[in-house]
Amino acid sequence: MADNKFAAYLCSGCGIGDILDVAKLERVAKVEGKMQIIKTHPFLCNEEGVKMIRDDIANEGVTHVCIAACSRRAKAEAFHFPTVALSRANLREGVIWAVAEGAEHDEVRQEMAEDYIRMSCAEIKKMTLPAGNVKESSSKKILVVGGGMSGMTAAQAAAEAGYEVVLVEKTGQLGGFANQMWKRMPFNMPYAEPQPTGAAELSAQITSNPRIKVYLNSTVAETAGAPGRFKVKIAAESGSVSEELCGAIVQASGFTTYPIEKLPELGGGQPNVVDQAGLEALARAANGGPIKRADGKEVKSVVFIQCAGQRDDSGTHLPYCSGHCCGTSIKQAIYFKDQNPDIDTVVMYQDLRVPGMGEDFYRSAQKKGVIFTKGKASKVTGGDTCTVEFKDLILDEDTATQADLVVLATGQVPNAGVNLDEWTATVTAAESGDEAAKTKKAELQKISVLNLNYRQGPDMPQLKYGFADSHFICFPYETRRTGIYAAGPMRRPMDMHQAQEDATGAALKAIQAVENAALGRAAHPRAWDLSFPKARLEGCTQCKRCTVECPFGAIDEDEKRFPVFNEERCRRCGTCMGACPVRVISFENYSCDTVGMQVKAVEVPDEDEEKPRILILACENDAYPALDMAGMQRHTYSAFVRVIPVRCLGSVNTIWITDALNSGYDGVMMMGCQKGENYQCHFVKGSEMAYYRLGKVGDTMKGMGLEPERMQTYEIAITDGARVAKLINDYVEQLNALGPSPMKGFG
Amino acid sequence: MSEANTQAIARYKNNFLKEVEERVEDGQWVKMCMQCGVCAGSCPFGPHWEHSPQKIFMMIRAGKREEVLTSDSMWMCTSCYNCIVRCPRKLPITHIMHGLANYAHRLGLAPKGQPTRDIAVLFWKNVVKNGRVNEMTFSLAMYFRDGFGQGIKNAMAMKDIGLGMMKAKRLNPMEIFGGHTCKDKSGIQRMIAKAREIEDKRRRLA
Repeated sequence: MADNKFAAYLCSGCGIGDILDVAKLERVAKVEGKMQIIKTHPFLCNEEGVKMIRDDIANEGVTHVCIAACSRRAKAEAFHFPTVALSRANLREGVIWAVAEGAEHDEVRQEMAEDYIRMSCAEIKKMTLPAGNVKESSSKKILVVGGGMSGMTAAQAAAEAGYEVVLVEKTGQLGGFANQMWKRMPFNMPYAEPQPTGAAELSAQITSNPRIKVYLNSTVAETAGAPGRFKVKIAAESGSVSEELCGAIVQASGFTTYPIEKLPELGGGQPNVVDQAGLEALARAANGGPIKRADGKEVKSVVFIQCAGQRDDSGTHLPYCSGHCCGTSIKQAIYFKDQNPDIDTVVMYQDLRVPGMGEDFYRSAQKKGVIFTKGKASKVTGGDTCTVEFKDLILDEDTATQADLVVLATGQVPNAGVNLDEWTATVTAAESGDEAAKTKKAELQKISVLNLNYRQGPDMPQLKYGFADSHFICFPYETRRTGIYAAGPMRRPMDMHQAQEDATGAALKAIQAVENAALGRAAHPRAWDLSFPKARLEGCTQCKRCTVECPFGAIDEDEKRFPVFNEERCRRCGTCMGACPVRVISFENYSCDTVGMQVKAVEVPDEDEEKPRILILACENDAYPALDMAGMQRHTYSAFVRVIPVRCLGSVNTIWITDALNSGYDGVMMMGCQKGENYQCHFVKGSEMAYYRLGKVGDTMKGMGLEPERMQTYEIAITDGARVAKLINDYVEQLNALGPSPMKGFG
Repeated sequence: MSEANTQAIARYKNNFLKEVEERVEDGQWVKMCMQCGVCAGSCPFGPHWEHSPQKIFMMIRAGKREEVLTSDSMWMCTSCYNCIVRCPRKLPITHIMHGLANYAHRLGLAPKGQPTRDIAVLFWKNVVKNGRVNEMTFSLAMYFRDGFGQGIKNAMAMKDIGLGMMKAKRLNPMEIFGGHTCKDKSGIQRMIAKAREIEDKRRRLA
């Protein structure tokens, strides 16, 4: 500690100096905060102000900087001092903009600002500069699993960016589903004509690329480790096993088509009814000539039935829209029209969905004379000529039409690997000695794509309908396994263009992951965070709560059942820290102490002053920005609250709550992200774990003789600026009715 | 059933869309309709037609030839152009409606006694005869299209307007005896005949 030098910099700009008594704030920082250097600047974030801080760091040996100015979310680039520990007191968004104007509020507003100075000074005392932790065996090689269009695109993108790539393909040929296709939809202007797939060219480029090593007829037998140091065993069909050290993984394991046999009512199984893949095969066989049925008869009329076994709400078939089928049917109808404009081609749809530039493609098909009929097919019968019975949805009548061939748009089913819920249940049953479960476990292991030796199961979690997606708002391109990225139709249904874009995105994320792992940094959502969880193992009681609660399975156990952190898998949410009952887990710049000291730094007035104190623990991802937003939009809220940002509600340790209530706070407001099925938590289940954990605080409170209403939890979205201000004001009113905390004066 | 209609049926068999494409003014646009329904929703007469333009287009694609051509829907169009203005595909819907009406009339399938059709026929005959409109004979022909008694009733009901127009010299009662014509009446008639000939050739109606 001898070498530490603490400095506080106050900004009087943006109206802070006009509204607050800055001289008094300086005194608080000096006398109570015990800062060694205190400086006030009228425009701290400008060149001159920042230079003042930089000079002090360089010349005065300042190691800890406390900045009292705007929110920590503002001016992050100006106040970026990578060599010192930094805390921010939010005087602008959090005080002068959030508390109502007028002299009658001067006293409470000034008290609020002074408390924020105290809190910031208390926090910085317990912070150290994260040093990072770079592992020596780090690799920047990228593993791509799957050699279809997505996998090849990801491999090529990564290789072109200068990274070594290992590509594993389970069949003997690159190209995947594209090999079965005659043509693809157009990706470029004028979006009018079907194009060659390009699979063969791409495959040749991959094979001849010196940076890409291709394993054909191979699967991933085991994946161990963490981002930057994945040890991957690749098993060839011949039986030989190779090992590769990789830094990140792109899984592009593609899809299978929904089986046409499951649709007998629409003629599935009849010789003159095919699915879209079947039609591609007929078109390939025709090679540009007249398309013929399997029995050799030239097709003169064809009906495409959209949404066959898809968007099904009866629970029998796929409930979702596969997204590409309308475009694919348009493309296939054009096959016929281009060959012979007199062929009757009818596309029977319920809603025609052609995302992106598909509208132009649709228009092109209309110009070529493809007929689009809004109708729902109910039955396909007949031999040489099929009869399609359908309800015309525009003319509102039951009718029928004839065709030589019927094409069913059956959709995509993801090859995402093992369903982890099923896996967990099977493993539990197998461990209890169930023989059937043991057989099923072996079966499931064959389905697995990555065969991860993670405690949370062998593959990525599936979000919905078996797709290995994570959360399209919070984590586009991310999955719930750090350093492993899903690309193409195993992530969500998509066409080739989307799959290739997706694969490029996944390759870039994989590059980010290997680069961050090499520097010991978090990839996301706390990008560039160098801190990582540190456990004081001598105090650990081996309760396993951290391993169980970590949303990313980043914590394993050693032989003595102590936690082992896979830091590269960690996303720095701090859920382990919040879970630990003996508080042995901490981060260098975020710990039970950094927050605990802030809680204690607040001056809690006596009950006769009639100034309640309310602690707000706000998630930094949504709730804290919402509070800032309230300030920016001048939705004023009570000056009785003290806000502390937390990395995730999951990182909230119950000690903070009990400490606050013990010190005489009148209430605690916990603000996190939406939990449950439509969760918005950036750490998947951090907020959910917090609600679960904090639900048990009620008992403790009863023991303290406190009303349970003194702790409240809220789900806040980033757009909730106005709402969050109202919630605070309502809560203050509620507490006023309840009266001051009986714990006051005992702290 | 007219000779032209029989020939059309033989020529196009079941492909009514193709028939419309070739023979109806702006008919080639019908296949570009994407069934969004904005025309139907925008039409001020929407609730009073049997079939909206959207449905007419769908019926054409579904091959409902008889139903479309005998429908009085396209005769209900007031040419307000709302549908054209709002169509996201820029289909000339009003023109297609007029084209369909005209085609149905040519085939002899248009509904008999339909007022819009009657007024159109009378107006056309009147204008071709003299090269200009004779208001007197045109309005009298309209009054008496449903018989003598009804004609008297119509004339009585409209007499105030008629007298007003006479006072303002907008209507000359002497015009009933033939009235004045344009300079080159026969020239105009020849021009119209030629235009009809060209059109029929283009639409394969000849």
